[in-house]
Amino acid sequence: MTKTRSLWLLFSLFLAAFIILQPLQAGLAQDNPQRPIEEISDNEVNAVAKQLYCPVCENIPLDVCPTQACAEWRELIRLKISEGWNADRIKEYFAEQYGDRVLAAPPARGLNWLVYVIPPVIVLGGIFILYRAFRTWKQPAPQATTSENTASETHEDEYALRIEEELKRRQV
Amino acid sequence: MTNESTHTTLQPTENKSRPRWGRLLAWVGLALLLGIVGLALLRNQEGPVQVGKPAPDFTLTSFDGETFTLSELRGKVVVANFWASWCKPCEQEAADLETAWRAYQPGGEVLFLGIDWTDTEPKAKAYLEKFDITYPNGPDLGTRISQSYRTTGVPETYIIDQQGILRYVKLSPFLSLQEIQNAIDPLLTNP
Repeated sequence: MTKTRSLWLLFSLFLAAFIILQPLQAGLAQDNPQRPIEEISDNEVNAVAKQLYCPVCENIPLDVCPTQACAEWRELIRLKISEGWNADRIKEYFAEQYGDRVLAAPPARGLNWLVYVIPPVIVLGGIFILYRAFRTWKQPAPQATTSENTASETHEDEYALRIEEELKRRQV
Repeated sequence: MTNESTHTTLQPTENKSRPRWGRLLAWVGLALLLGIVGLALLRNQEGPVQVGKPAPDFTLTSFDGETFTLSELRGKVVVANFWASWCKPCEQEAADLETAWRAYQPGGEVLFLGIDWTDTEPKAKAYLEKFDITYPNGPDLGTRISQSYRTTGVPETYIIDQQGILRYVKLSPFLSLQEIQNAIDPLLTNP
């Protein structure tokens, strides 16, 4: 029971750390200095665009989407980078404008929490089940083992006796 | 001796109750998860909003900063047109919609609202200027309005009567001014 409690405590700590650290991480991200739009390379634009999905054509990352709408969004990203926005701020802007579905990773709010909570719960549950199973396997039922051993020993004895008898008969 | 017997009788009860709670919790969790997944699937399979039923309420903030809430527009026929600057079929109906708006505007009985879907503001404004569109237009922020109307693309037009009931749905561009008038006029004669 203490082990179970420890597992729950570990999981709670993990969850609390995730909740606390996520906004801190977002807060620490600084904007960049402004630059002329001509200086912004396609690679810089695509580095942000690949973290976003086209809101019109489903399941296509923005950096490889061939439609006119996606080209316009990439230009918008270029504009925002030139204004000094960082990737997180651009992603936040896109989510606000076009909905959370444009994000490659769902934000941890509302029912989206399930996406982050359920897998660790399942993993921890699995670890707990395995732990219990291993404990049971380490301590096999003594009665069953004894009877099995006795049975196999008897079986081997009979066999050895028969061989010895056969050998004796042949020697004679 | 008494203590020992008490201990031996309590121990199995404790052991039994613990896994029961755990199992119950696991089953409740699983049932909740399945319920959520089921609801999400049902929602995804819903078709377009039904004509004759109350139109989903929405609030649109125009590019000029004016706010329009459908539920506050009772007594007027509302023409909600979903469009985007990158949408070629939208251009087909843009001029006709503006002509219709200019025809109905003096009467004050009809309000046209342009809902700009998944667009960039500079391109949207350029589009409005190109087609000289004067009725209120604003972005569908977070695609919340289009999601509540379960739109499948652009252009789409929803006409809502004076009581807030959805009366007409067009899931493609209007082909003429006459077609727009044919959709609106019956609502003005039989409010």
